[in-house]
Amino acid sequence: MLSQIVSALGVVVVAVFACSAYFFFSNKILDLALPVKDGDIRQASRNLNRRAMIRPWLFLFPALFLLIVYLVYPVVATFILSFYDRSGNEFVGATNYLWALNDREFRQSIFNNILWLAVVPAACTFFGLVIAVMTDRIWWGNIAKSIVFMPMAISFVGASVIWKFIYEYRGGNDVQIGLLNAIVQTFGGTPEVWISVPFWNNFFLMVILVWIQTGFAMVILSAALRGIPEETIEAAVIDGANGWQIFWRIMVPQIWGTIAVVWTTITILVLKVFDIVLTMTNGQWQTMVLANLMFNWLFRGGGDSGRSAVIAIIIMLAVTPIMVWNVRRANAELKGR
Amino acid sequence: MTRAASYFKIGPARLFVHFCVLVIVIIWLVPTLGIFVSALRDRDQITVSGWWTAFAGSTQTVAARLGTPDQQKQEGDIFVITGNVLADQPGRSVKAFGVRVQQPSAFEAGQTADLGDGASLLINSDGSYRYMKNVAFAPDERPRRIYVAASAPPEFTLANYKTVLTSEGIGQSFINSLTVTIPATIIPILIAAFAAYALSWMEFPGRALLIALVVGLIVVPLQMSLIPLLRLYNEIGTAIGQPSKTYPGIWLAHTAFGMPLAIYLLRAYIAGLPKEIIESARVDGASDFEIFTRIVLPLSFPALASFAIFQFLWVWNDLLVAMVFLGTDKDHLVLTGALNALLGSRGGNWEILTASAFVTIIIPLLVFFSLQRYLVRGLLAGSVKGG
Repeated sequence: MLSQIVSALGVVVVAVFACSAYFFFSNKILDLALPVKDGDIRQASRNLNRRAMIRPWLFLFPALFLLIVYLVYPVVATFILSFYDRSGNEFVGATNYLWALNDREFRQSIFNNILWLAVVPAACTFFGLVIAVMTDRIWWGNIAKSIVFMPMAISFVGASVIWKFIYEYRGGNDVQIGLLNAIVQTFGGTPEVWISVPFWNNFFLMVILVWIQTGFAMVILSAALRGIPEETIEAAVIDGANGWQIFWRIMVPQIWGTIAVVWTTITILVLKVFDIVLTMTNGQWQTMVLANLMFNWLFRGGGDSGRSAVIAIIIMLAVTPIMVWNVRRANAELKGR
Repeated sequence: MTRAASYFKIGPARLFVHFCVLVIVIIWLVPTLGIFVSALRDRDQITVSGWWTAFAGSTQTVAARLGTPDQQKQEGDIFVITGNVLADQPGRSVKAFGVRVQQPSAFEAGQTADLGDGASLLINSDGSYRYMKNVAFAPDERPRRIYVAASAPPEFTLANYKTVLTSEGIGQSFINSLTVTIPATIIPILIAAFAAYALSWMEFPGRALLIALVVGLIVVPLQMSLIPLLRLYNEIGTAIGQPSKTYPGIWLAHTAFGMPLAIYLLRAYIAGLPKEIIESARVDGASDFEIFTRIVLPLSFPALASFAIFQFLWVWNDLLVAMVFLGTDKDHLVLTGALNALLGSRGGNWEILTASAFVTIIIPLLVFFSLQRYLVRGLLAGSVKGG
């Protein structure tokens, strides 16, 4: 064990050192290659200009290299692969896309994904907003916020274990050790194997993501709520509005932009969500989603890169509108600066 | 009184808010609490009772034998054997007892049970008993077998942790996770900070386009990259005669996948630094490298810290990237992968699963609670701005 820790530390130090060395020495070499100190002034100023032209790219090179190799190139390569057969050698045209259209499992995944998209971002945003409003009004609000925010730190796999324990079912006359079944039993219901009840099991999986992500929505919406000028609320109080009206007519419209950001962020997360379905059901009992279907085809029976590429492209298409919206928003922000 | 709260002054409404928040906090806390409590319980107890009963103690039925006839004493016209059924089990107490295995708790503690044939038995809750008969116990009579439902006080143990850390490979995975996470947190910060500086304070053609590219790449799904990168890794691995699944491979993958968000967050912060500082340094003849390392880097500490926490949590909690790029053999399996594997192989062994889950989430929780302020600041810088 100890030797492993030492060797792990060793590689960590080497890796971090190598990265720092690149920046240090590349800049040093640039300075040495284009000196500005001695020689005639014209040469010096030309070198200074050249340095200013080259240096940004020295700074950017590692980042750009990684972005292109790990994100830009794969988008193109996956698109091309989606027209090839399972081994990626033979061009098969739209065959893979036609397969997807006719595959029952694929349609099931699309249906489930839409279900997730309809429920999870809405639920997280709604609960986040309600909790933010309420915790802003009590003295122990910050403690409450920390607790709701806490699941953000827990891995999806860890959260799945936590909730699997809650959904645990014991057959026969055994004592129920899963909290949900114990509660159901206390109120006279019959315990069930919750994660294998078709259709409804999707919701039992969604609960996990809502539990994790509500804290995120709450923190951001809470900050937005604090940004609302107090005068508008005071004016509404004077005009005789009640708490409910103030919330829906005054507060919500003013933080609409932030609500949209939160909604979008969680939507992206839902489309990519993979761990929860893998650990809870692995797509059994009709809970398959696109990300897991893609992973399955990537390795199922030696792998089918064509079909999994098609599924990846579908996920990509689903996030493209959000990507465009994101870029536009960032551009508007830059111009407004 | 908090800000903007003047309309919630009335008593009942405020009480209602307190009550609602309390309910929410309990709902959010209980699932995790279940894991923490169960991981500390004895494995046999986990399977016979819900974790929420752990604090109340448990009830177990045990068989015992009463004393032998040579211990009998005559009291008036009855013969009595006395003793304690819980003599070797301190801390427990008797709730009920019985003489037949079919009805092990037929009589309540403290009650005198008529056993027929002139015999009766009294067992008190502290375990002391009186076995009475109106004729003398025959010397060759076998000690009577009885059953008691004994309740045990709450018991907690660290044995589950010992098991998972030594024999279930969780200890090894813990080290693997650290080996993946630490470089994959530090390297992207360095690379992204340099890029963010260039995109904020250096003039060059194509800058706006690059910023748009970075923002657009934030939402590219990870799944997109898997197939081409796996092929690339395999080709490079074959070319240099090395295995394709290595630690440097996953460091680079995590660094790259975290890069768009890192550049985006750090650029927002670095671009907001006061213009005067950077320009006066430039006038004094400092190069961009010097400005970056001596001025911008120290000033950006809050932004760097918030991104570092993000990246740490993301890498530590990741399952997909590790499964694809690092593999699932013993030397490389990370904690999330190990936990996932245990769910498959030890599905019903909750003492193993809960203890492993706790080991998996303890480090991120520690990081989270100690650095929560920075994390929130980072979230807000990235999301609310211009929203």
